[in-house]
Amino acid sequence: MSSIKNISRRSFVRSIGLASGGLILACNTSIFTDKEKAPENLIDFNPNLFVQLNSDGSLILVASRSEMGNGVRTSLPSIIADEMEADWSRVSIKQATGDKKYGDQNTDGSRSIRYLYTTMRQMGATAKAMLISAAAQKWEVPADECIAEKHFIIHSSGKKISFGDLVEIAKTLEIPTEVTLKDPEKFKYIGKHLKSIDVEKYVNGSAIFGLDKRLPNMKFAAIARCPVTFGTFKSYDKSEALKIAGVIDVIEIPRIERPFGALGGIAVVATNTWAAFKGRDALKIDWDYGSNKSYDSAEYMKQITANVHKPGKVSKDKGNVNKAFKNAKKIVESTFQLPHLSHAPMEVPNAVAWVQGETCEVWAPTQQPQASRKEVVEYLGVPEENVTVNVTFLGGGFGRKSKPDYVVEAVAVSRTMNGPVQVVWSREDDIKHGYYHTVSAQYMKASLDKNNKVTGWLHRFALPTITSTFSPGADYAAGWEIGSASNIPFTLENMKVEVGQAPALIRIGWLRSVINIPHGFSVNVFADELANAANEDPLEFRLKLIGEDRLEDTKNPIKYDTARLKNVLKKAAKNANWGANLPEGHGLGLAVQYSFFSYVASVVEVSVINNKLTVHNVYTVIDCGTVINKDTVKAQMEGSAIFGMSLAMYGKITAKDGAIEQGNYSDYQMTRMHQAPKVHVEIVDSIENPTGVGEPGVPVIAPAIVNAIYKATGKRYHNLPLSDYGIV
Amino acid sequence: MITLQINGEKHTIDADPTMPLLWAIRDIVGLTGTKYGCGEGVCGSCKVLLDNSPVQSCVIPVSAAKGKNITTVEGENKNLQLLQESWVELNVPQCGFCQPGQLIAATALLDKNEKPTDKDIDEAMIGNICRCGTYQRIKNAIHRTVELKNQN
Ligand code: FES
Ligand code: FES
Repeated sequence: MSSIKNISRRSFVRSIGLASGGLILACNTSIFTDKEKAPENLIDFNPNLFVQLNSDGSLILVASRSEMGNGVRTSLPSIIADEMEADWSRVSIKQATGDKKYGDQNTDGSRSIRYLYTTMRQMGATAKAMLISAAAQKWEVPADECIAEKHFIIHSSGKKISFGDLVEIAKTLEIPTEVTLKDPEKFKYIGKHLKSIDVEKYVNGSAIFGLDKRLPNMKFAAIARCPVTFGTFKSYDKSEALKIAGVIDVIEIPRIERPFGALGGIAVVATNTWAAFKGRDALKIDWDYGSNKSYDSAEYMKQITANVHKPGKVSKDKGNVNKAFKNAKKIVESTFQLPHLSHAPMEVPNAVAWVQGETCEVWAPTQQPQASRKEVVEYLGVPEENVTVNVTFLGGGFGRKSKPDYVVEAVAVSRTMNGPVQVVWSREDDIKHGYYHTVSAQYMKASLDKNNKVTGWLHRFALPTITSTFSPGADYAAGWEIGSASNIPFTLENMKVEVGQAPALIRIGWLRSVINIPHGFSVNVFADELANAANEDPLEFRLKLIGEDRLEDTKNPIKYDTARLKNVLKKAAKNANWGANLPEGHGLGLAVQYSFFSYVASVVEVSVINNKLTVHNVYTVIDCGTVINKDTVKAQMEGSAIFGMSLAMYGKITAKDGAIEQGNYSDYQMTRMHQAPKVHVEIVDSIENPTGVGEPGVPVIAPAIVNAIYKATGKRYHNLPLSDYGIV
Repeated sequence: MITLQINGEKHTIDADPTMPLLWAIRDIVGLTGTKYGCGEGVCGSCKVLLDNSPVQSCVIPVSAAKGKNITTVEGENKNLQLLQESWVELNVPQCGFCQPGQLIAATALLDKNEKPTDKDIDEAMIGNICRCGTYQRIKNAIHRTVELKNQN
């Protein structure tokens, strides 16, 4: 990455998804929707979509992505502030509504920073350039004699003027077509530790999450949905529900057959959440369960396991695996089984909607405000400009809140009730009616030659695909779900990847780190087994398997770099004191994964004493290129360790007769304080392009734990969760 | 009609006496800092102090709070305010949703234990889930609060 770039306005405009240069000015005036329009005299200078400087010097920066613990309301605006040479203490954040004018707002796939880093820099640099021009004009001096520093423009003579005092002139200036970005050496906020700009609100209870949104005369609604996915009701009796104090009405919600459409059901509308829940429980409903009633996840696991024990659809075939197996000195084979998972964000799905005639306003904790808007537009059949989607704080998302089925429900209830309504999912609703992380069976087979070199590698897997949510009936993994099995960074001359059939009988969706969970698990555990078969140290063996430094083509714009991969692994091992003697019953295990274009390795120290697993330490090293906020990256790695641990120890969603068997944190358990390990994080210094952070810390944890347990006990576990083995 | 004393203020509300205190606080009184996470007493998001004891307000009927002092995360309590400062200093929250409950649990701990050990903290905080995984920072922030108190 060069330190200074000149960027023309044309490319800068295109990079935020707008059609042409002329739109910038149009955007200046449309930044606020009518309803939220700030007084004219307050908002004086809008050089572009994301920056509003007022004449009192206060600076409003727009966060176009959703805040769900990812720190994005701090990190993205801090990039603008840095380039603009603004004083961070003068900044406040305005959350964008769902609108295409902001470009892609989908807060998913660990891509907020990697998509918007350069755009945000350009936004800030543009504002700075205009303020410098304004000062130069005022002082009648050449612009290149002026610099910006901490909310002032300073002339070489020493005179200075505040940003706010330049607003009147700046707003009359043309937006520059070229701007110069800062030398990264001079960054003030980027790459440092900035606290969350919202931290006070979180600790004093004033942060407004979706669940906290209140409107005058707002009603609360809870919905009874069929226990079996896509089932419908035949008939129902609402008389008992209507007797409950606070219950106002009972109404039908249609099923909307779209990927993010409402599941449909019976809504109980009440004056408070409790009455709505009680009323919902009092409904007597006769369900038509439909064809997914046969879903039995234990039986299903047997079927997909059988499917990986026979040849599947070949998706990669390099060299000659069969020949390698025939000439092997040793063969290792394993089968891995991983269950469905639920996101279970701390804040349940919920949304407030207010349909008023032909218009609708929504307040929702959503990762995808534009998709939410689209669903509402489709449902109501009104023009897009009639629908406003406000994004609240999200009490966690993890992928669940990128599927706005709950938003459409709120709109449906509000329309019928003719007033503002908050639809609240109970925790049971959340766990029983999600978009589940896929269930998977995997079979792996590899050969070693007499020098313990891996000569052949076969990876077969079967899992219901996320594509099934968008194309009902899809029953083989999609190309992108195969990539993390077929593009592994090992030097393998003979390699085959095969996909088995796996129809989806519940809604399948993406969950934090997605396909890297099953593939990261099987590949990292299997590589450890091969090291063991070779009688070699897992670290040395793995470094050998990755092989020499090279760039590998992944069919993505960013190629992955095995040197960076080995680097994070070596650093994690060093931080964990790999190879040192540990107390009796303790063991270290490692895993390394390239995902979301980032490199992450974790070494985990566990003990198993009296058949009880304790995770003591997690040493994670991440190389995510340029870091915007070190504290956020560190926090994400700390959180990922706990998220990974929860799924390793407890994560298991099962279905019987088509219905999900778990229903709350009591039977879908989470790691708690007393089990939490010490998490040690190292962030690799890098000037490469920024890459993903929110997800790539997750997939290494479960395999590193399993490998550490093997080291501690000699027992090898191939399936999750570990609670099924009685060691948790 | 039930009168609740929340953060030093009296609220007379019309609520079914079996309604969990949580929903009376959130939906009737309108203080939304106290959160709903599970509704069955297992996550701690809804914790409030009831006469200085931490309780899961989602499983306590509103009638049981009659005549007692209720403190929520919006309320005043010396340890709560000190903890909030440490929470900010260590940038504890991620999504922030569980933090009101965590802070209330930590307040109750410091109210009765001036210098908790790691084990004391584990025991006091075992009922509070953080899905974002901020446990390490929570623990550090509790220790930090104690450290600052002892300095002054
Ligand atoms: S909401 Fe009360 S303990 Fe979870
Ligand atoms: S900070 Fe998100 S659940 Fe604790």
